[in-house]
Amino acid sequence: MGEERENPRAEPAVTAELVAAHGLTPDEYAKIVKLLGRAPNYTELGVFSVMWSEHCSYKSSRHYLKRLPTEGPQVLQGPGENAGVVDIGDGLAVAFKMESHNHPSFIEPYQGAATGVGGILRDIFTMGARPIASLNSLRFGAIDHPRTGYLLSGVVAGIGGYGNCVGVPTVGGECYFDECYNANILVNAFTLGITTHKRIFTGIAKGIGNPVMYVGSKTGRDGIHGATMASESFSEEKERRRPTVQVGDPFTEKLLLEACLELMEKDYIVGIQDMGAAGLTSSSSEMAGRGGVGIELDLSRVPLRETAMTPYEILLSESQERMLLVARKGTEEEIRRIFDKWDLDAVVVGHVTDDRLFRALFGGTEVARIPVAALTKDAPVYQRPAASPASQDQLQHLDLAAIPEPKDLGVTLKRLLASPNIASKEWIFRQYDHYVRSNTVVAPGADAAVIRIKGTKKGLALTVDGNSRYCYLDPYVGGAIAVAEAARNLACVGARPIGLTDCLNFGSPENPVVMWQFADVIHGMRDACVALNVPVVSGNVSFYNETDGTPIYPTPTVGMVGVLDKLECAMTPWFKSAGDLIVLLGRTREELGGSEYLKLVHGLTRGTPPWIDLKMERAVQGCCREAIEQGLLRSAHDISDGGLGVALAECSIIGPEKPLGLRIENHEMIRGDALLFSESQSRIVVSLAEKNLGELEEIAARYNVPLQVIGSVGGSRFTIQPLLGLPVEELRAAWAGGLTDRVK
Amino acid sequence: MRWGVIVFPGSCDDQDVFDSLARDMEQEVDFLWHKDDIKGGYDCLVLPGGFSYGDYLRCGAMARFSPVMGGVIDFARRGGLVLGICNGFQILCESGLLPGALVRNAGLKFVCRQVSLRVEETDTPFTREIKKGQLLKIPVKHGEGCYYADAVTLEQLRNNRQILLRYADAKGKPAPAANPNGSLDNIAGICNEARNVFGLMPHPEDACNKILGSDDGLKIFSSIAAACARGEARHG
Repeated sequence: MGEERENPRAEPAVTAELVAAHGLTPDEYAKIVKLLGRAPNYTELGVFSVMWSEHCSYKSSRHYLKRLPTEGPQVLQGPGENAGVVDIGDGLAVAFKMESHNHPSFIEPYQGAATGVGGILRDIFTMGARPIASLNSLRFGAIDHPRTGYLLSGVVAGIGGYGNCVGVPTVGGECYFDECYNANILVNAFTLGITTHKRIFTGIAKGIGNPVMYVGSKTGRDGIHGATMASESFSEEKERRRPTVQVGDPFTEKLLLEACLELMEKDYIVGIQDMGAAGLTSSSSEMAGRGGVGIELDLSRVPLRETAMTPYEILLSESQERMLLVARKGTEEEIRRIFDKWDLDAVVVGHVTDDRLFRALFGGTEVARIPVAALTKDAPVYQRPAASPASQDQLQHLDLAAIPEPKDLGVTLKRLLASPNIASKEWIFRQYDHYVRSNTVVAPGADAAVIRIKGTKKGLALTVDGNSRYCYLDPYVGGAIAVAEAARNLACVGARPIGLTDCLNFGSPENPVVMWQFADVIHGMRDACVALNVPVVSGNVSFYNETDGTPIYPTPTVGMVGVLDKLECAMTPWFKSAGDLIVLLGRTREELGGSEYLKLVHGLTRGTPPWIDLKMERAVQGCCREAIEQGLLRSAHDISDGGLGVALAECSIIGPEKPLGLRIENHEMIRGDALLFSESQSRIVVSLAEKNLGELEEIAARYNVPLQVIGSVGGSRFTIQPLLGLPVEELRAAWAGGLTDRVK
Repeated sequence: MRWGVIVFPGSCDDQDVFDSLARDMEQEVDFLWHKDDIKGGYDCLVLPGGFSYGDYLRCGAMARFSPVMGGVIDFARRGGLVLGICNGFQILCESGLLPGALVRNAGLKFVCRQVSLRVEETDTPFTREIKKGQLLKIPVKHGEGCYYADAVTLEQLRNNRQILLRYADAKGKPAPAANPNGSLDNIAGICNEARNVFGLMPHPEDACNKILGSDDGLKIFSSIAAACARGEARHG
């Protein structure tokens, strides 16, 4: 370590072109000069460019994010840290967060997705929590687009390759296909970890003179300017940006995870943060910012895996599997011993100072000297112009009378079940280890995953959800439904929601239409969070999801976590027993706007999405949860994409045993396609033994929830009188092969 | 009895085996770090699943050179019981304690699913408490679990009745459709000739509680415990 390194290359002069190449506007550059009182050098320009990037600074979203409710008695750590932390009783807490890795995954699907998983895992264990479950939310282009198969295979293999190797189960997720993602896929990764109240760490630098330690992998040139890339729109040109994608090493991540958790048993750490986007720069300056202190880094001491790296490259590298920690002075040797055991580097690379400056030295020379506040709280915040497009009214116009009803609704139902958006996702989740840590009670394929918490009687339920078609047609309603449906998924397994995290995937914030979508989605999400009493504890914004000026549909994805007080009550969506009654909670309306049916069968993405009455939503969820807790139900399933027809078919066919048929004789008198495929909100279909009906009716009456006995379970045929009747095995075959047969 | 669960860098299922033995079976269990020698009287050593040393080379190829493996081989030679699960099975094959090899799954993809296993032999410490022909529901999760051996080795395995578990369908038939990875002869688990070393791809530790969908994994662990109680495992 002792040898002095010299800056191996002369630094280029800071010119207007260089500033523009760093993604900074002339106004932003002027602000930098003002904050510094001088022009930045090349290294400092690089530091500003990543810290002021949309990805790191949230400069366009911050104003709106403040509107989301983030508090609740159970919230131990809200947004602003590496992950949110929520109390689950028994002295235990869960840390969770979701993050996007969209652009890297499009450029290099395996590594992009793998390092997305790696990053979110580190966000969790940096809080002191052991990761115990992951989910993912994926969006690809049309299933028959020439690139979709390649991207899907790569992303799924990358998620599996990384998560499986680290030993964290992937217990659920969702995956949709739509042309709007043809040139900009979405890969959102969620991880949850468990810890105790006493063992929660944060990314803070404190204690003047305390050592700053670098632990984990060595630094290379991979990922330089990843954060900046994530803050730009795509064009053909950008596909050449493959070198900005990082390469993951899950084995080192596993060692880092174990070493950090072992270290966290001791009282040696003041603060700790993952070196994620913008690597050493963001971890050190953000920690200093939170602690109101300065940090001095000696870049000559940073462990390198390549020769002749410049200070600029060392500061901006996004090499994976690295952490920065501030240790209590005098514990350095003990810390080094623990990392030695795991064959990892642990090196003192600097210390905490009282000057509130971010300073970097290299070979004895100061190469960067920036007030910490200039990189953190004084970074630009924009209230960008927002305006709904003139075409929105026309988009929402749908004349149902002009939509012909299909002649054979049985054939239509099979088509919907075979749609890759609805069909079995087994091809995907077979590739993920969903058993490791041996907690998985409800595996992928149900409304929500359920895991046990060893040593307690409790369980945790986890889900991710989001319907971008609804958000495109009406961002407010779409945002509200994203939250409501996630909560409904939890209600269907019997869990009470305790918090949510989100990934907000949008086009360019410089486009007023996108900003309008963003603001309205947040508004809808806020109203649903308040109505359903679920705080937002962490999240991530991903702008610039567009290619050559065409944005993706606004796509908020919501990850929600719930608690089951009695794990043995955990409910699953499939029918269990012939003779059981089938009951619909909620009401079906003629709401085909934005539906999967309208898109698949009629090729239309238009109309208004189904309306949501948040009071009714809360009531339906409460009713379902109470019925499950009292042991009245044998199955419960959320009605969402594809409507009642698809939901009933799923109840029949998605179970691990043989399919169970049904006979539906009683329903609303509306047009057949609307009855079957309308996506009216706040509906759950349940099955139960006849003897429990009275008690369920009592609960529904108390919650003011419409309840209708619509039929019964049994036989090998799927019959909805008088609309359709067919062998249930035919439905199963359509559903089972819908995705699998098309990706082979 | 005392169990030792070996922890290699990259082991993932070590804690799960530990918890299943300690919580579900109330057994005495220690973790044994791969850099250490094996000290003290253990009755059964478990090599757990995971990705030892990242398995960037052939699975288990690095772990066989790990310092702890000398002790494992000595222990096995003295007649001690050794159980290798998934990556542990791969390591046992790489280190020559079991014949054959585990290669890339026939489908070339990682496979995670519940399988049913037919118990083929019951005169071993690992299967003693199970009925011959009984079906066990235990999950697999691996990318390289396709059992392969040359024709001569395979013949020996059959003649010596070393094939303890086969992938089977719901009716107990070792049909091709029930084979998740293309293993020869639907082999899911084998023992050595001396019948004190057992390797299997499925994960019994993930099937030790009904709430997880099956507790059939307990049948393997309790067979081992019963064998040790009867003094069948000699290693002193």
